[in-house]
Amino acid sequence: MTKEVLRLDHCTMQFGGVVAVDDLSMDIHEHEIVALIGPNGAGKTTAFNFVTGVYEPTNGAVYFNEELIVSNRPQGKMKKLYNGTNRDFRKEVVSRTPDQITKLGIARTFQNIRLFKNLTVFDNVLTAMHMHLKANFFSSALHLNQHEERAMREKTVELLRMQDLLDVRNEIASSLPYGQQRHLEIARALATKPTLLLLDEPAAGMNPQETDELADFIVKTKETFDLTIFLIEHHMTLVMDISDRIYVLDFGKRIAHGTPDEIQNNDEVIKAYLGVELDVENQ
Amino acid sequence: MDKKKLLKIILTALVTAAFLFLLFYYEQDKRKNGHALSILERSAIYAVVAVAMNMLTGFTGLFSLGQAGFMALGAYTVGILTIPLEARQNIYYISGMNETLASWHMPFIPAMIIGGLVAAVSAALIGALILKLKSDYLAIATLGFSEVIRAIIASPQFDRITNGSYGLKKIPRFDTIFIPVIISAICILLMVLLIRSSYGRAFKAIREDETAAEAMGINLFKHKELSFVISSFFTGIAGGMLAGYMGSIDSGTFRITLTYDILLIVVLGGLGSVTGSILGSFLVTAGREWLRFFDEPLFIGSWQVPLFRTGFRMVVFSLLLMLVVLFYRRGIMGDREFSWDMIFRFFTKRRKKVEISSQGGSHD
Repeated sequence: MTKEVLRLDHCTMQFGGVVAVDDLSMDIHEHEIVALIGPNGAGKTTAFNFVTGVYEPTNGAVYFNEELIVSNRPQGKMKKLYNGTNRDFRKEVVSRTPDQITKLGIARTFQNIRLFKNLTVFDNVLTAMHMHLKANFFSSALHLNQHEERAMREKTVELLRMQDLLDVRNEIASSLPYGQQRHLEIARALATKPTLLLLDEPAAGMNPQETDELADFIVKTKETFDLTIFLIEHHMTLVMDISDRIYVLDFGKRIAHGTPDEIQNNDEVIKAYLGVELDVENQ
Repeated sequence: MDKKKLLKIILTALVTAAFLFLLFYYEQDKRKNGHALSILERSAIYAVVAVAMNMLTGFTGLFSLGQAGFMALGAYTVGILTIPLEARQNIYYISGMNETLASWHMPFIPAMIIGGLVAAVSAALIGALILKLKSDYLAIATLGFSEVIRAIIASPQFDRITNGSYGLKKIPRFDTIFIPVIISAICILLMVLLIRSSYGRAFKAIREDETAAEAMGINLFKHKELSFVISSFFTGIAGGMLAGYMGSIDSGTFRITLTYDILLIVVLGGLGSVTGSILGSFLVTAGREWLRFFDEPLFIGSWQVPLFRTGFRMVVFSLLLMLVVLFYRRGIMGDREFSWDMIFRFFTKRRKKVEISSQGGSHD
């Protein structure tokens, strides 16, 4: 078995009285592509958000490279309201802000592309390298770190070349066509030098041909940058093509887990996606 | 390509030299050109505040209205530290000056830097509390802070430090306009360097999308605090220069209208454009004065034009502002910067048009 990169341990996310994710456990190993699928509103993006520090899970823990990075138990008014399972599974409380999570080596893209819209393509990627700046504030502000700055710019050019975005480097990000914006968002995430990349519906709004290209691109990116990829996607052909393993969520609960073949033939999954029609056919 | 670069350098040098020569020329006869010098001096000082505010609002996306408060901190620090020792007795004639402060005296430049630091430290303290607020709420909180500072300065409890509502007088004024102009130029240069650095890019990222910036590993609080503190530092410096320009200050100098003046300059020049802010500060400060003839009664023959009387210039000024904002919705410069390329393009476009039309003619 290869090294474990990410582990969710009985994670529950509850908003008020609504349990968005209930008792989700999963693990992702090095160099895997793991997909999280499920119908709309199943809680997939919520799961991403508490892994990346946008939310704190209400209950449960997240490990990254076998190190505890996020952990919580029902606190405050959640003590009364909590109606998920495995209450107080973890006693300790560990919370991290999104930038701290990114610094650990987890980068993400967003479902509804979030580029720095009024900046150029080049600056979008260059900005993401700020995190790794070694120079202190004064030497950076007074431009005394020319050497480092040049290195950052060279790396940006290199990243843009790999994503076929070098021709449009001086364009304003929001003026790019949709597909290229997706690529730019991935390039920007890669600029933070992650070991785990979280892609939230990368194929949303793409036509079949673009989706095929994206599948190749994801696999290629994984190889080149030595990444582990965790992906949310609705596009079943894409998911089945590239994933090593798939987790399925429905109404916040994990209903299935397995290889693409196993998932395709899983009754629970088919029921979740097609609802009652299955029962009608069976009768 | 290189030729163009050389041309740009020469043009920049020429414009700078012309500006300096103009100042030098005005300086020769201070009495005659006092008015023009005073406008230029005030513009240069306002330009620093405007660029500092732009760094915060236009580049980091934090809408703050605390400028007058931070300027007051800088100005009072300079005032207290630079008033000649022998004049202090007369100024603090009501309740005397605090004994420790009474013996402190230093030249303008170190006093100005201390003024900037006072503003920066108070910004750091206040920023830790209020920088979590978003947009309008932050503006209201900083506005409140600015008024609190003004109230503290004017309060009788601080009579022995700030001389309460009597204000400070006999602050040594600048001997030459070159001092404020050069200090302003250095301040603006430092801010431009910061904006163009990696930190400046992080500021812009926060302006564009906080969630995405955070996901790129940018610590929101640290960078917002940095931007706020540095902006306040330069605002404090400008406040110090304002004290040296005016010679006497009181808490009324730093009313909220001062902040609005700066806001006006920034918006008029263009949010996110440093050159816009500089241009704006000269236009607004000078514009007020150019329109002065509206304040004097005007006769055409023996008929007196109605409305031309004291105060009418502000009506005209406000109308002009409304027109500018209506037609240039994003300010004069938008978020672009002035560059010689812009000027070149303007001319080449014209020439091309002419060439095309003449070619079209010859083809037939």
